[in-house]
Amino acid sequence: MSRTPLDTVEHAAETPDVELPWAELGLKKDEYEKVVEILGRRPTGAELAMYSVMWSEHCSYKSSKVHLRQFGEKAPQSDALLVGIGENAGVVDVGQGYAVTFKVESHNHPSYVEPYQGAATGVGGIVRDIIAMGARPVAVVDPLRFGAADHPDTKRVLPGVVAGIGGYGNCLGLPNIGGEVVFDACYQGNPLVNAGAIGVMRHEDIHLAKASGTGNKVILYGARTGGDGIGGASILASETFDDAKPSKRPAVQVGDPFQEKLLIECTLEAFKEKLVVGIQDLGAAGLSCATSELASNGSGGMRVTLDDVPLRDSTLSPEEILMSESQERMCAVVEPEKVDRFLAICDKWDVIATVIGEVTDGDRLEIFWHGGKIVDVDPRTVAHDGPVYERPYARPDWQDALQADDANKLARPGTSEELKAQVVQLVSSPNQASKSWITSQYDHFVQGNTVLAQPEDSGMIRIDETTGLGVAIATDGNGRFAKLDPYAGAQLALSEAYRNVATTGAKPLAVSDCLNFGSPEDPAVMWQFAEAVRGLADACQQLGTPVTGGNVSLYNQTGEVAIHPTPVVAVLGVIDDVARRTPVAFQEEGQLLYLLGDTREEFGGSAWSQVVHDHLGGLPPKVDLERERLLAEILISASRDGMIDSAHDLSDGGLIQAVVESALQGGKGARLVVPDGLDAFTLLFSESAGRAVVAVPRSEELRFNDMCGARGLPVTRIGVVDGDSIELQGEFTLTLAELREAHEATMPALLA
Amino acid sequence: MTARIGVVTFPGSLDDRDTQRAIRLAGAEPVALWHKDKDLKQVDAVVLPGGFSYGDYLRAGAISRFSPVMESVIEQAKSGMPVLGICNGFQILTEAHLLPGAMLGNNHLHFICRDQKLRVENADTAWTVDYDAGQEIHIPLKNMDGRYVADEHTLDELEAEGRVVFRYRDFNPNGSLRDIAGISNAAGNVVGLMPHPEHAVEPLVGSGRTDGLPFFTSILKKLVNA
Repeated sequence: MSRTPLDTVEHAAETPDVELPWAELGLKKDEYEKVVEILGRRPTGAELAMYSVMWSEHCSYKSSKVHLRQFGEKAPQSDALLVGIGENAGVVDVGQGYAVTFKVESHNHPSYVEPYQGAATGVGGIVRDIIAMGARPVAVVDPLRFGAADHPDTKRVLPGVVAGIGGYGNCLGLPNIGGEVVFDACYQGNPLVNAGAIGVMRHEDIHLAKASGTGNKVILYGARTGGDGIGGASILASETFDDAKPSKRPAVQVGDPFQEKLLIECTLEAFKEKLVVGIQDLGAAGLSCATSELASNGSGGMRVTLDDVPLRDSTLSPEEILMSESQERMCAVVEPEKVDRFLAICDKWDVIATVIGEVTDGDRLEIFWHGGKIVDVDPRTVAHDGPVYERPYARPDWQDALQADDANKLARPGTSEELKAQVVQLVSSPNQASKSWITSQYDHFVQGNTVLAQPEDSGMIRIDETTGLGVAIATDGNGRFAKLDPYAGAQLALSEAYRNVATTGAKPLAVSDCLNFGSPEDPAVMWQFAEAVRGLADACQQLGTPVTGGNVSLYNQTGEVAIHPTPVVAVLGVIDDVARRTPVAFQEEGQLLYLLGDTREEFGGSAWSQVVHDHLGGLPPKVDLERERLLAEILISASRDGMIDSAHDLSDGGLIQAVVESALQGGKGARLVVPDGLDAFTLLFSESAGRAVVAVPRSEELRFNDMCGARGLPVTRIGVVDGDSIELQGEFTLTLAELREAHEATMPALLA
Repeated sequence: MTARIGVVTFPGSLDDRDTQRAIRLAGAEPVALWHKDKDLKQVDAVVLPGGFSYGDYLRAGAISRFSPVMESVIEQAKSGMPVLGICNGFQILTEAHLLPGAMLGNNHLHFICRDQKLRVENADTAWTVDYDAGQEIHIPLKNMDGRYVADEHTLDELEAEGRVVFRYRDFNPNGSLRDIAGISNAAGNVVGLMPHPEHAVEPLVGSGRTDGLPFFTSILKKLVNA
């Protein structure tokens, strides 16, 4: 193999006129010029690799940053927030000395290209973020969006994604406790695979991504570095090498959950012995990201010898090593006298660990290869000083027409027969049907602390066996609502997740989000994004739930057609004693059913309008955050004081969807009456926000009504848990057997 | 007096801590055993827990079967020490030839996680004395490779000797021959099953049932009365 002279810092200074492929690496001309200005010379190939990947949209948030600042600026005062935006994941105080870290991220694009590995490595990445905070991962959730349920490509993408999430998460021993599955033709070429994880630690165990203490060692451990996920770096490589190299490397990384399981155990053991000063996982941008972020967050500089990085492929160039996104790798900063012990723990778990550098007293990140210095940068300029764009945005000209196309004017069922038929049509439609074909492929028992899992309103995990302290998480997002009004849509996503957590009896504490949108270069999309962020930030401020971190996924569009704006919101809550949790299932016949909140004629973006009329238009349901707060307080009090035995939030599909789910899960039917002031259709299908249906034991009826009355929450008695059918008085009766068949047969028929 | 019950952690074991909890809840003392260590720490019985040891990349249980700790487990099992293999542990026991037959991929090719109904066919083994023969119980099942197979002769022999310990009821979740969910060796001290009794020991978590607890009280009773 012959090669051109190594492109060292010295060489770069001597050869200012060498043309570098900055455009092919995704940098704009002015961005490249800024790099030259920062360095005072042309970058080396390795430096260019680092800047190009760290300044990419994915790593630098250059299009979204100006909007995301609102999450900080409008952050509500919260005693619960221990670590906020900017670290690997936010950390929340849940009491009794416990801290919980959680985050949601996207792995959308890779999952379309290669569903299994794309989804699997999405789980792997989010779990490493959790470990990097010092926490033991305790659960995962996965909000998913696919194209039309009956489209042939959905049958390629969905089973692969589900198998990938299961294959990775199950093998890691993490219970999958929640998430969503939504079908809509707008996601046909751009499925959304979001993955969330929760971790638990003691307060004193919180770890941060920083490299401090001159002389401390930088240890790379986990999998060997290979050529996967390199993308653009190969362009550089082909300029540096002139012989044939292994080609056709996968652009999507390949996951090894077994390796990650070992990584979890050995990292936690190292934390337990207090061996780690700072830690960072290797995800997007691999070593470029880990070294520059660790160094820029610490007090000193860092020197790294790239030759020491264990490789899977010895022909990799230094640029490729810096950019490789090989999975299951972490980087730790360890005091010299603790290095031997750290390496011994890695050896115990058969994890490869190598000292690749050390913290220096300067402020430079220096990287060496074959004795030559190939990187000499201020790490801050790589990790934090990337470009920031004020992308133009404008309310799309079609927005008015869309909102004027009022769903409330759609033809409604004219007879009881029609009403009954539409109920069956709704609960068997792909979005409303049972997802157990999917969720039964996920282990939700492992670790032995799962209190609630899907299809409950939130997933709930016990974190202390003695006291019963637990945490709950719900993820929600409704792209149809957000399309009609992105500001309200984002607030409705938060409202729903907040409500879901409270419905199970937990107090909502904090938020993480995954903002999935089309191309930021389209002013209409950018407007959707700006509106959604503004809406979410305002609502978080009002509800007192700070955003602790999250992820932005842009360019979810094929050609000119963007996905519905889809802000997915995760709300984390705490419950003092999981024995008080409220399940969805009806528990006992004879219990009284109450509808909490106000029901209006709100059908814009509703499941009914989609299922029955294939329609999207009008306005989404009205947002009322104070009502959400009041409803949550009532649900939490009622659960704590034993006033309700089951509860279900009302969201897509409205009341009938909720009642059917509670009935099927409990194996007990219900007799319903239409209350005064409402018609049967509106009662069943309206999607007004701020509502829940609860089952109250007769002994608690008075106390429960008094509580709602005293606090001003509208409460309407709508029926009783009874029998083996759902009967709407004067309208129709559907047996649970019929409903079960309708609700449960859809997914297997489409996918099995 | 109580019993010391070892739980082996292989690389990739997932339900080791859960199994230790179940043992504790039953009133016995769980003892952590490490795959690289031949020392069984004078335990009275051993559980091989569920998980994906070595990632199950070669074949479920195929590598773990050769780990140092298994040399001791195999030796002790042959001299009568009670051994329970759950899921991956069952797979390891068949790979180690402590139990006959083998486990193949589920017939539907998917991972499956569900609360599964079983019938206890043999309530005389070291791990089932606290059940009644014919009793129906619900135990969570979660696996990729849970389809039990053996040749007809072996199956007949297992049936004739009462060594089919558990059978799936109502729904065969993986295509196991003769609905077999769990079996024992001829002496009855070694039992393996695919479902996870350690996930059915507390009313609040897991399946919400406690149908799995008798596994651990059975062995305690057996050891303490021995």
